[in-house]
Amino acid sequence: MKALNTKTPYFFIAPALLLLGLFSLFPIVVALVISFTDISLESLGDWSTIRFVGLENYLEVFKDPIFMKSLFNTLFYVIIGVPLVIICSLAVALLINFGKARIFRAFRVIFYMPSITNVVAVAVVWSYLYNPQLGLFNYVLNFLHLPSVPWLTDPTMSKVSLIALAVWRGIGVNMIIFLAALQGIPKTYYEAAQLDGATNWKQLTKITLPLLRYAIFFVSITTMIGWLQFFEEPLVMTKGGPLDSTTSVALFIYRNGFQLSNFGYAAAGSFVLFIAIIIITLLQFRLQKKEVDY
Amino acid sequence: METMKLNSVKAKAQTNSSAKARRANRMQQWVTGIILALGGFIISIPFIWMILSAFKPEMEVMQIPPTFLPKEFTLENFVNLFENMNFTVYLRNTIVVVLCSFIGLFLNAMAGYAFAKYQFKGREKLFYLVLATMMIPGQVTMIPVYLILNQLHLTNTMAGIVLPGLVGAFSIFLFRQFMSTIPDELLEAARLDGASEFRLFLQIILPISKPILAVQGILTFIAGWNSFLWPLIIANDESLYTLSVGLSLLKGQYGGNFALQMAGSTFMVVPIVIIFMLFQKHIIEGYTISGMK
Repeated sequence: MKALNTKTPYFFIAPALLLLGLFSLFPIVVALVISFTDISLESLGDWSTIRFVGLENYLEVFKDPIFMKSLFNTLFYVIIGVPLVIICSLAVALLINFGKARIFRAFRVIFYMPSITNVVAVAVVWSYLYNPQLGLFNYVLNFLHLPSVPWLTDPTMSKVSLIALAVWRGIGVNMIIFLAALQGIPKTYYEAAQLDGATNWKQLTKITLPLLRYAIFFVSITTMIGWLQFFEEPLVMTKGGPLDSTTSVALFIYRNGFQLSNFGYAAAGSFVLFIAIIIITLLQFRLQKKEVDY
Repeated sequence: METMKLNSVKAKAQTNSSAKARRANRMQQWVTGIILALGGFIISIPFIWMILSAFKPEMEVMQIPPTFLPKEFTLENFVNLFENMNFTVYLRNTIVVVLCSFIGLFLNAMAGYAFAKYQFKGREKLFYLVLATMMIPGQVTMIPVYLILNQLHLTNTMAGIVLPGLVGAFSIFLFRQFMSTIPDELLEAARLDGASEFRLFLQIILPISKPILAVQGILTFIAGWNSFLWPLIIANDESLYTLSVGLSLLKGQYGGNFALQMAGSTFMVVPIVIIFMLFQKHIIEGYTISGMK
């Protein structure tokens, strides 16, 4: 490369970097600082009223019963939702990859569709499907002489209902990642296995799944991080109810920040979430390393 | 003679068993197809029900048992959305958001180009910094960004809605990946002809980058059309609401009118579905190529 005007590259990256700095990096610092203060809506007009409170917000947040509840709910979402998304998207990808006819390409589109649609529209539609009197789901159950299910009114069932919606939305993207990984497996492996008379099941468990290890690892990390931040579904569908049984940590932060305007308190909550995400991700990397070493 | 006979018998047995295998194989293909078709149908139920209900009059949606196809086909719900519910305003705002996000796309392309094709001090470090922003959860930055926008007097303005999501690290990353495959000789030739660096970017780099621009353009459109969180946080006046914020307002205010809600949802979802159907090959394959490398 020729020696150019050294300012040129900086001119190209400046707008994007300035915006990223202002709206992604700098906010981290701000969040950390305000999490040690009692900043709220009132103090926005007069900065001098902001008090430094040390670790009080962090201590407070762990005593907050709603926060503890939201922590439990978030774990519930992650422990049930993440494996479900991975299993469903992997199963769909394997089936689509197994098919040889052109029609199977159409299935990619159908299963991908839910993930590009607007979350509010999706929540509105599912609220209608879940409606106890007029909803399609209960109608179908009654039609089959089964009792109605309190989809969004029972504390445990409402969590399950939100998971169902989120799994439905989550299959598409992960399926595409799995399909890409499947297409990367050399055909010769299967040809050799078939010559040796290996059954389809043997080929799946001895060739396909071991070779998909990295894709599965990648998908489980990204899915896990996504589900730890579970937010829009409960916000639009249940507003965290009934009795905070669907409130996630992310929704707790949003509510304290923008509805109660306790910015400092909410920032402390968000750092707890951030640290939890980092720890869980690191743990997963550890586990993965051990697995590879065998 | 003997061996020939034996061979032909063997061959026959082989074709027999391979015919059997082929039949078993075809059987498996059919079963796979049927399972996927069933799964696909279940996945599509919310969409089907949404579209069907959007064209039913309000009374018909309240009926038990529900009708499958609209008994009385009506456009009344859609008319209602635009004449009585401010959806014209929401639509206009959404289009503004989408157009602005294309400016962001351009900025991402510029940054990706510089990271791919220039040597400069701090290049690696700055690029890692860009990638690091992908790890930061939205919940952590949400409140500080609001406070920053408030300090800049941008709350309750269109600029405040658009700015936080204007550029994205992942998009910069994808542009860089694609543009580093463009041969340097091409750029050198243009430079010898005396083209300025910015003209080089506009007239040579961007046209070559059409495939990645197409993928990113579609994804940008979808993201802009669906944008929800920042409009919700920043806009106080209904005159700044986007379609998704308006739709969530509709859910709160007309909770009982499902026909109207389904019409609103249909209006949000169907344009995206159509665009996706038209360009799905680019999106899915673009994803695969750029995402996994």
